[in-house]
Amino acid sequence: MSVFHRFANPNRFLKLTNTVLPWVSGITVVSLVAGLYMAFFTSPPDYQQGESVRIMYIHVPSAWMAMFIYTSIAIASVCSLIWRHPLADLAAKASAPIGAGFTFLALATGSLWGKPMWGAWWVWDARLTSVLILFFLYLGHMALMNAFEEQERGNRAAAILAIVGFVNIPIIKFSVDWWNTLHQPASVMRADGPSIDPSMLWPLLIMGLAFKFFYLAVLLIKIKSELIEAKLRKYRRAMVDSA
Amino acid sequence: MNGFLNIVSKDLRLALRQRSDLTMAVLFFILTAMLFPFGLGPEPNLLARIAPGIIWVTALLSVLLSLERIFLADYEDGSLEQLVLSCASLEIAILAKVLAHWLTTGLPLIMAAPLIALLFNMDTEAITILLIAMLLGTPSLSLIGAIAGTLTLGARRGGVLIPLLVLPLYIPTLIFGVGAIDAAMNSLEAGAVIANARPHLLLLGAILLVSLLITPLAGAAALKQALE
Amino acid sequence: MGKSLFSGENLTCVRGGRNVFIGLSFHLTESSVLILEGPNGSGKSSLIRILSGLLRARTGTLTWQNEDATNEPEIFQKHIHYIGHRNAIKPVLTVQENLSYWSGLDQNDTDLDKALDQFNMLPLKNTPANLLSSGQSRRLALSRLLASRKKLWLLDEPSVGLDVASVKLLEHVIDQHLLTGGSVIFATHSPIDVKAPTRLNLREYSPLYNNALINLDDEEECWV
Repeated sequence: MSVFHRFANPNRFLKLTNTVLPWVSGITVVSLVAGLYMAFFTSPPDYQQGESVRIMYIHVPSAWMAMFIYTSIAIASVCSLIWRHPLADLAAKASAPIGAGFTFLALATGSLWGKPMWGAWWVWDARLTSVLILFFLYLGHMALMNAFEEQERGNRAAAILAIVGFVNIPIIKFSVDWWNTLHQPASVMRADGPSIDPSMLWPLLIMGLAFKFFYLAVLLIKIKSELIEAKLRKYRRAMVDSA
Repeated sequence: MNGFLNIVSKDLRLALRQRSDLTMAVLFFILTAMLFPFGLGPEPNLLARIAPGIIWVTALLSVLLSLERIFLADYEDGSLEQLVLSCASLEIAILAKVLAHWLTTGLPLIMAAPLIALLFNMDTEAITILLIAMLLGTPSLSLIGAIAGTLTLGARRGGVLIPLLVLPLYIPTLIFGVGAIDAAMNSLEAGAVIANARPHLLLLGAILLVSLLITPLAGAAALKQALE
Repeated sequence: MGKSLFSGENLTCVRGGRNVFIGLSFHLTESSVLILEGPNGSGKSSLIRILSGLLRARTGTLTWQNEDATNEPEIFQKHIHYIGHRNAIKPVLTVQENLSYWSGLDQNDTDLDKALDQFNMLPLKNTPANLLSSGQSRRLALSRLLASRKKLWLLDEPSVGLDVASVKLLEHVIDQHLLTGGSVIFATHSPIDVKAPTRLNLREYSPLYNNALINLDDEEECWV
């Protein structure tokens, strides 16, 4: 509760956002440029996969973000249900499309990467399949959130769904892994393991950082615009009421 | 306990009076399963091999059709408000509604499953495992589906939303349900059938336990907010 | 004046981002009637739903028999019977089955017959509910009040669809309930004649009808 109280009113939150946002955007741009430069120019091609390994620098951080943002939504949902603070709802609502976007990016890059690796645009690889299911969880969350006349009801229903989905993610992941080992011969993609070379690890981490800050920046901008919209709605309503 | 039985018996009576609801899911189940031989050809070995998947997928879709029924009518005629106000425990009331749904949907599907299994040339041992797997798996389908049923009350196009919300959550049940029968069919010695299917069945049981825990909590929260 | 049964202080209700009423207070003693009045949209139904615990007020406190029940509606929920706009009747069940389900009574219980009789529904006992007229359905819903024997009745437009004779039956039933120590809160547009009612007009608390309230809500707290 105390965390919320510190920016418990929209105006203070807006002020805070305005001071933080330039920094967040700045870090996003710098790390994105640095990460992409390293990914494309300084990191070596893989001795087996060749140049196509560079897809990894988009694919892997996207997959991280897909999971990270779903976790954030679940946490925001818990806050929304317990404390009923509107900020938690706004954060969850703003996060969902960003998360779905990253999930889609992970799927699309995974598919592009799969074509040279597996010779097919899509294989039912355990990890890809789990991400696909996660994508549908995002879609369900967004659809439910927008399915009600009253936004507040949509927020709360979606919050419950997000928590149920979050509890289910480990179960889904486990079952898909299990299913995959039963049906698929060992996949062509070799396990790189933790012994990834620093020349590849660094760009990966920097891209991860860039994506995190990108998320934060977009999140802040979206919440900000929601708040301004709420104010407009309010003035419009006051005008109608006093007319 | 009294309230629990009261709710179950009322829902059963309602289902029996409106028999079309009761038979629709089973009919859908049998008809959809029957389409596959037309799509895939009548080759007996092929049909026997894919039968577990077809039976589970069609059962899952049949359950999906009936999910909206669990709470929507009660929501629309005001019964749900009375239920929330008069029940000592909303969680128990939800479990009662889900039990009634399973008895009127899951159980008929289980009874119809051997018929489809025979049409698809499955052998008796596999059918036994199919029945055990469905006994363990279909209650989870009702439980998880009930959450979606409560969440979509009052939503625009609630019926269209339910599949989107529920299908990702159904995947584990589908995987282990089919896995159990596949394992049974692939075991060469007669004695190993149960042993091979065992881990899958245990996992189906675990999913059932988790669903039994989550559904009353999530459902109660969803119902309360739906009635505000 | 009798003992205090149910009271609310400074209640504010928000629906769809709009204040329905602001700073409403009420007080109900045992064996008394409170009539909620006010134009459409002044929040009568919302107030009744708040008093039944289905809806939470945005601000304010509720007190049940001198016990703070603001955050624990369970305290009063077991003592109230709420009848809203919808009758909660299953068309495929008979009148008797509908009643016995909600009252938790045995089908052959004499109280059940008595409850039906008070609203002149006994002749229709074995009729399927889908054959009832809207007035008869309303009477069936109201007869639940007698079968469940709760202390406080919360009735939202109880006389909708009732003919003159049936309104008389309702008035009689409410009077009987007061005599046995019960209380009633109801919202209505048409006159229902009961003994010594207190009246609460929601117009005074509604920003929609009372311009003085429009700017009362806090600018700072505008989130959505």
